[in-house]
Amino acid sequence: MPGLQALPANSANDRGFEKRDPISASIREIRGKKMPVNFWRPFVFILAVIGSAGCGRPATLVETGNRTQVLHRSVGQDLQDLDPHLATSAADYNVLSALFEGLVAEDPVDLHPVPGLAASWDITDAGLSYTFHLRPEARWSNGDPVTAQDFANSFKRVLTPALAAPNAPALYLIRGAEEFHKGRESDFAKVGITVPDASTLRLTLTHASASFLAQLNQAVWFPVHLPSIEKHGSATDRANAWARPGKLVGNGPFQLEAWRTGQVIVAAKAPTYWDAATVRLAGIQFHTLEGVDVEERAFRAGQLHVTDALPAGKIDTYQKESPEQLRIDPLLSTYFYRLNTAKPALRSAAVRRALSLGIDRNAIVEKILRGGQLPARAFTPPGTAGYTFPVAATDHAAEVAAARKLLAEAGFPDGRGLPPVELLYNTSDNHRLIAEAIQEMWRRDLGVEVRLANQEFNSTLEARRTGTYDILRSSWSADYVDPASFLDIFRSDSGNNFTGWSNPEYDTALTAAARAATATERNALFLKAEALLLEAAPIIPIYHYTHVFVIRPEVKGWRPTLLDHHPYKAVWLEAAGK
Amino acid sequence: MLRFIARRLLETVPVLLIIVTATFFMIRFVPGGPFTSEKAVSPEVLRNLERAYHLDQPLWRQYTTYLGQVFRGDLGPSFKYPNRTVNEIIADKLPVSLELGGLALVVALGLGLPLGVLAAARRNTWLDYVASTTAMLGVCVPTFVLGPILVLLFAIHFHWFNASGWYGPADRVLPALTLGCVYAAYIARLTRGGMLEILGQDYIRTARAKGASELQIVLRHALRGGILPVVAFLGPATAGILTGSFVIETIFQVPGLGREFVNSAFNRDYTVILGTVLLYAAMIVLLNLVVDLVQVWLNPRLKFE
Repeated sequence: MPGLQALPANSANDRGFEKRDPISASIREIRGKKMPVNFWRPFVFILAVIGSAGCGRPATLVETGNRTQVLHRSVGQDLQDLDPHLATSAADYNVLSALFEGLVAEDPVDLHPVPGLAASWDITDAGLSYTFHLRPEARWSNGDPVTAQDFANSFKRVLTPALAAPNAPALYLIRGAEEFHKGRESDFAKVGITVPDASTLRLTLTHASASFLAQLNQAVWFPVHLPSIEKHGSATDRANAWARPGKLVGNGPFQLEAWRTGQVIVAAKAPTYWDAATVRLAGIQFHTLEGVDVEERAFRAGQLHVTDALPAGKIDTYQKESPEQLRIDPLLSTYFYRLNTAKPALRSAAVRRALSLGIDRNAIVEKILRGGQLPARAFTPPGTAGYTFPVAATDHAAEVAAARKLLAEAGFPDGRGLPPVELLYNTSDNHRLIAEAIQEMWRRDLGVEVRLANQEFNSTLEARRTGTYDILRSSWSADYVDPASFLDIFRSDSGNNFTGWSNPEYDTALTAAARAATATERNALFLKAEALLLEAAPIIPIYHYTHVFVIRPEVKGWRPTLLDHHPYKAVWLEAAGK
Repeated sequence: MLRFIARRLLETVPVLLIIVTATFFMIRFVPGGPFTSEKAVSPEVLRNLERAYHLDQPLWRQYTTYLGQVFRGDLGPSFKYPNRTVNEIIADKLPVSLELGGLALVVALGLGLPLGVLAAARRNTWLDYVASTTAMLGVCVPTFVLGPILVLLFAIHFHWFNASGWYGPADRVLPALTLGCVYAAYIARLTRGGMLEILGQDYIRTARAKGASELQIVLRHALRGGILPVVAFLGPATAGILTGSFVIETIFQVPGLGREFVNSAFNRDYTVILGTVLLYAAMIVLLNLVVDLVQVWLNPRLKFE
């Protein structure tokens, strides 16, 4: 069958249609040989389909992208919405940050707030009043100027209860915003947002906050263009389908060209953007690829410049074969267990601390995860906006000894007499492996028996809400680069605490930290709060995540930022050898 | 025949009503809700959300409202994708699933029927063994193994196709082939069995005695009866191909309804779950009806009753 052997040679991409002929020739050849017709026909058919479909294939997306400065990025899961006030997922943010820009922008290296739509700002009244001076040259993608009133309208939209914006409480920092959102105040003029003139926006806060500017980078603070939204329905109607190609008016470095749900979002450089001269990419295509294996295969097939993640099992292969494509970046995210302090077995802080000490975090990170994760002995990842909780470098044997001592002091020597405890995790291979390892560590070193239980994710969240768990696998990612984004969730008034633990001293320290004048003073207060948290141990930090992904060497300016945000105006493509 | 069809269609209504009702209440008793996430929303926001989607009303009221909507052809808004309606999602994704399913059916029949016929006609020869072994392999190798193997070979090694996506005609090949192969294997086995049974019948011997060629016997006399088991199988199989391609849709990142259906269950996107269940139920009922009609047409011994 000489004709068949000719097939696999068709991998060249650029030669186009001249490749078709050898295929049909090969089919003729096969037919000419008078093979038993019935037997060969299906095979010939398949080969013909494969061959004819395959050989006209143009260059891969990555190759074309390199030529035309179009970045192909995977955003993982399907997008929820391109309405910045309704979207909540990280995938949404990765697209929204290309289409919209807030008052401040993120520095491409460490994400600290830099001038965005506002060229400058004055902070007065001991940090209570922020006056933003907007760029007069800033434009929406339809050519309208971006005004201070646009921001005021947008914030009002977020705070309007009918819109049910999930992240509306982020705006509670503005004076009167909480009252308005909760319906206790109906006059929006009472909210601390004033517009002295078209390019000046003044925000009055409820209290001074050192992280305020950093928080402004969350999507919920992005402005939207009300007049164009209202063309398609009420601006506060969630079902208003304005965030679509042809309808969406943005103000970011890119504009929305196409959105094929579940597949790809196409954005092109916006000529109206005030800083268009800096933007080097001609476009970005955000690919929806659920499943890390699918992503990795698409990467290898030349469909992606950057993946969202990499399966843990592939890390070794990439390390060996193409280390230049593998990236392990730090990420402001912590994997931890919540302990239900209302349960009899976990009521004592000594027991909780013993369980925490009884975990050999290095073993988990090195033997199970193997993706450069950091063992976590504190909740806030080290180096968060200059803050690191000091953890004594003790060897695990000493930790176990301390744990056994604590257990004995709490009245449960060698775990004897401790009521049964269940460890609940959402169904996933990694969670299971970690839970099994920890179960064994506790059994072997502390004599504590725990039962493992797994449920589908949404069900574990229900167990968390109703407090019907003993120990629950959890994770937390920062919304902005600041220790408060971690520590605030265990305040007694936090909607994300779920452990039943509270400590007024902890709350006071964090409240004071938010209002602290200097960074030193702030960090001292964070240290105090975190020490209280770890002493009481309503949670067991296990490891700090890393962001493991693969990236083509042509992508430049993709820096290891802590939130996996990559301000796109600092990114470009450069094919090797140029 | 028309009366038969009309009666069957009428029977569909209560069936669908029961399915919708059961689904509506079952999903409400599943723990979790559409607005739960790792980062919990504040109680005010949750209240606002529930008000926006009328989830704050008593369950029976939500149920009657929903039924009223459905009768008007409105399946409601999605909770997970705020500015999309269920109608829109289905209109967007169903054609993709139908296209994939249709192509897979073509592959399944195009491979399965000839293979089965050939195996039966050349019973207990090497051809039969090759065909039967191939079919056995097809049954045993699951799509989530076959799919990635095809991708590794044809997308990553030869660069003939994209590894995933649903853009050009070429992107249809691998998913349709993967999905079709499994069903082709079943069809081949059923065809072989059906054909063997028919080939042993008296009227085939009569045809042989009258001097009909082997090809004539197989194609003209035996095939029509031989594929009856395949037709019976095709009803549920078509429904399965059209609805159950979740795995294929995930492996090849095909934006079809199967993935939407499974994800909606994880997301507790009540309206999307209900809408897709309703659609699938209707499709299965209709396909079964079509199968019954085809069976009567193929087998004169059957009558509409």
